[in-house]
Amino acid sequence: MSEETSTADLRAQMPGAWARFRKSYLLYSFKRDPVAQLCLLIFIIITIAAFGAPWWAPTDPYDLTGIDIMNSELPPMWLDGGDAAFPLGTDAQGRDLLSTILYGTRVSLLIGFGAVAMQCVLGILFGLLAGYFGGIIDATLMRLADIQLSFSTLMVAILVGAIVKASFGNLMFGQVALILLILIIGIAEWPQIARTVRASVLAERSKEYVDAARVMGFRAPRIMFRHLLPNTLSPIFVIATVQIANAIISEAALSFLGLGMPETQPSLGSLIKSGFDYIQSGAWWITLIPGAVLVVLVLVINLLGDWLRDVMNPRLHKG
Amino acid sequence: MIPSEITQPTDQATTSPRHDPSTLLSIRGLRKRFNLSGNWLEQLHFSKGRLTRRQEYVHAINGVDLDVARGEALCVVGESGCGKSTVARTVMGLISPSEGEIHFDGTRIDQLSAHALLPWRRRMQMIFQNPYASLNPRMTINRILEEPITFHNPSLNRGDVQDKVQEVMSSVGIDPEWGGRFAHEFSGGQRQRISIARALAVDPEFIVADEPISALDVSIQAQVLNLMRDAQQARGLTYLFITHDLAVVEHFATRVAVMYLGTLCELAPRDTLFSTPRHPYTQALLSAIPRLSDGHPTPIRLTGEVPTPVNLPSGCVFHGRCPYATARCREDIPALKTYGDARVACHALEEGRL
Amino acid sequence: MALLDVRQLDVRFSSRGKAVQALRGIDFSLERGERLGIVGESGAGKSVAAFSILNLIAHPGFIAGGEITFDGHHLNRMSERQLRKIRGDRIAMIFQDPMMTLNPVLTLGAQMIECLKAHRRISTREARQIALDKLNLVQIPSPERRLDQYPHELSGGMRQRIIIAIALLLDPDLIIADEPTTALDVTIQAEIMALLTELCDTQNVALMLITHDLGVVSQVTRRTLVMYAGRIIEQGPTREIINDPQHPYTQGLLDALPQMATPGERLNQIPGAMPSLNNIPPGCAFNPRCTFATERCTREVPHFVSTGGTQVACHMVEAMLAKEKAHDTV
Repeated sequence: MSEETSTADLRAQMPGAWARFRKSYLLYSFKRDPVAQLCLLIFIIITIAAFGAPWWAPTDPYDLTGIDIMNSELPPMWLDGGDAAFPLGTDAQGRDLLSTILYGTRVSLLIGFGAVAMQCVLGILFGLLAGYFGGIIDATLMRLADIQLSFSTLMVAILVGAIVKASFGNLMFGQVALILLILIIGIAEWPQIARTVRASVLAERSKEYVDAARVMGFRAPRIMFRHLLPNTLSPIFVIATVQIANAIISEAALSFLGLGMPETQPSLGSLIKSGFDYIQSGAWWITLIPGAVLVVLVLVINLLGDWLRDVMNPRLHKG
Repeated sequence: MIPSEITQPTDQATTSPRHDPSTLLSIRGLRKRFNLSGNWLEQLHFSKGRLTRRQEYVHAINGVDLDVARGEALCVVGESGCGKSTVARTVMGLISPSEGEIHFDGTRIDQLSAHALLPWRRRMQMIFQNPYASLNPRMTINRILEEPITFHNPSLNRGDVQDKVQEVMSSVGIDPEWGGRFAHEFSGGQRQRISIARALAVDPEFIVADEPISALDVSIQAQVLNLMRDAQQARGLTYLFITHDLAVVEHFATRVAVMYLGTLCELAPRDTLFSTPRHPYTQALLSAIPRLSDGHPTPIRLTGEVPTPVNLPSGCVFHGRCPYATARCREDIPALKTYGDARVACHALEEGRL
Repeated sequence: MALLDVRQLDVRFSSRGKAVQALRGIDFSLERGERLGIVGESGAGKSVAAFSILNLIAHPGFIAGGEITFDGHHLNRMSERQLRKIRGDRIAMIFQDPMMTLNPVLTLGAQMIECLKAHRRISTREARQIALDKLNLVQIPSPERRLDQYPHELSGGMRQRIIIAIALLLDPDLIIADEPTTALDVTIQAEIMALLTELCDTQNVALMLITHDLGVVSQVTRRTLVMYAGRIIEQGPTREIINDPQHPYTQGLLDALPQMATPGERLNQIPGAMPSLNNIPPGCAFNPRCTFATERCTREVPHFVSTGGTQVACHMVEAMLAKEKAHDTV
């Protein structure tokens, strides 16, 4: 039997998953893109800071006993009247703003990741079904997606929020708000993922490896999840990144409107809202500092998403 | 319309043909239409003040009868759009026929459910055209080969499966040590070998090969053709080989079926077809092969355009380009008739004008 | 003087900061009205050679060295603007996929007239007449009607005829055809090749035909270059190369064709595959697949030696010739 290309050469570089990653175009282009590196660094710092908040936040904003109303509206420490105990100042209730922001970012990130996980579950399932089976299933699911998209996230949130508040009361709402927001944003935005998945399933389904799997007699779920899904992951990865940023913004908008997180467990959005009334009275930091954190967070996620899209677009590079 | 007078009279075409043990696959009265008109909303047209529903079809196969004998390599040749690939895909159950029957080893398989078809799946396998698309890019070669084996032999333990994978890889000339690699790390020829290995992994007796070498370089084509021939001899395989390349047919086939616009024009043993092509289309096709030697006859020039399979011509599908066409050819569809050991569908031949 | 003269052409593609060599110094020339075939398998560099003549190499690729002279002009030293005048006007190109040249949203007439008016100062009426003449030349039925049709209304064979008509519009001196019939059916391919050959003779146009199909080369061209891994390994009159190939690769390529084998027998295969560009073996690039390879072949790049009308880059042939010469002198 003939040996194509050089046997020894191929055998010398038997790859493991890690070795493959080290040789991948993803890593190669990451190493050469300072913007992507900076964005990832900032994102990691924010994430670690937020999720480690219980360890290093100066105070616990959820602990009502630790709050002194006398400390309210203190400016950041570098301004006149600032207090070194509250580096970024305090809000209207006297909570340390730095701690509140750390905890708030944690809430925002939880909702962002949770909602996108929810979107992915629904979107991948419906997208695979629609793309693989086509016909009536495709038509039904995609019209459902159209209908879903024509309800804005806001409308769904108002409806669900109103119903929950009316039936269980405000206290109960506060306890389930996080889960509820994840569900609302997840359900409102799944069609984005479903459409992406469907489009790439349609492209992949016409390839012969899918025919080969059908000829083998494999059943539809096996073909969908084991053969098609892994090949649609790159676009899902790209859109999910952007969707995290969108979900964080949606959550902030809902909280700002009073439909999101209650002030007792503030997210970045509810922090911005809580400070909004005090901008006129000179306490700008209560709104602007969490606002800046939100902008930076969303910006780095979006820039990372853009970079991923460029890297994973097979038309832009080969190999 | 198309009499299936190969083994039986027309009226029996719908019943199961008497099973001849030397025949592995038999196709009876096969037709396949593809609907071009989209969903029902897109089918509505407004003409002359009335709303009408209009449907357009691509007539890919228009009544094909074909028997594949055990152990032979039946080549189906024709130009693009002649329906040869559709025949292959219909036989493999990738698309269901609009009309007609497909029998495998005496059993009708075209109406079986996916589950009932499973035992047949491992007896018939397919090799695809594009080696770059036919292997899952996210799976290692080992996984690609293991999956069908474990799926069809759930009782095998891991070691047995590994042995089988190694055996099938070495039988196609791929070093089993490369099994941990992904398809993109291999060249086109190697991928086509792996594709063949996947088909052989379930020990089939019948293989449908849809243009298996047309995406490969000349020197690699020879390697893959030799491999397929070796596998045929070692395993007693039967091939249904779809190709547009007559030089390959001349080399590989035992019998040749020439198709034009979804219809069979000529069916003959290889030597007969190449020494005495009878159908005018076969003659034109043979004369058009770019030969290396000088002093070959000039190609027969066909006039006219290839008709689209959407609006099929009446009568003989070839009449628009045929130099011998008469009024009868434009009206009557010719039936396959026996001439020596060849079967040809041509009025001119029947009337002795050729 | 030759119409086209290529000297030491070196084309590289950069990938992840490293450059791989696609053409490793090739030399050839083309006379007026001559039909030249360039054959090779994928990765041999035959299309790169064709594209680099008009400096059409896309971004990661670049011409790293060499000299391309066309009718006295140094093409690789020209500005993009000067080059555009040569392109289309003096040198036309035919691609494998006609839709690469045709704009799907414009009628054929509009495209042909636009092309003419871009290069010549003539009226629309005159341009239309020239377009009609060219359509007649490529034997298209009812050419008047074709001018108002869109590309998608035509069959593949008809489109390729239109492409040839467009290539002839400005009466070029050279047509570069890159696999012009690969996507076509055999019967149509035979017609297009016959048409191209005939037109080159009657219009006195030189043809550079890039193809992997030795059958097509043998029917259309007078002279042939065989390429392997970015180098020309054999060149000479087509008939001599087909009937009496000297280089082991050319021999293997011809022997591997099904039409050269006895029906039903095993084909003569060349073991292995063309090396990838970033992994070209030292010495003669063909040595790992060559049955005649010696230690010298793995070390030294062979130079051209002449035998009959052909030139071959092979140590084995060189050694054989030297032996014959020694024998003759004795």
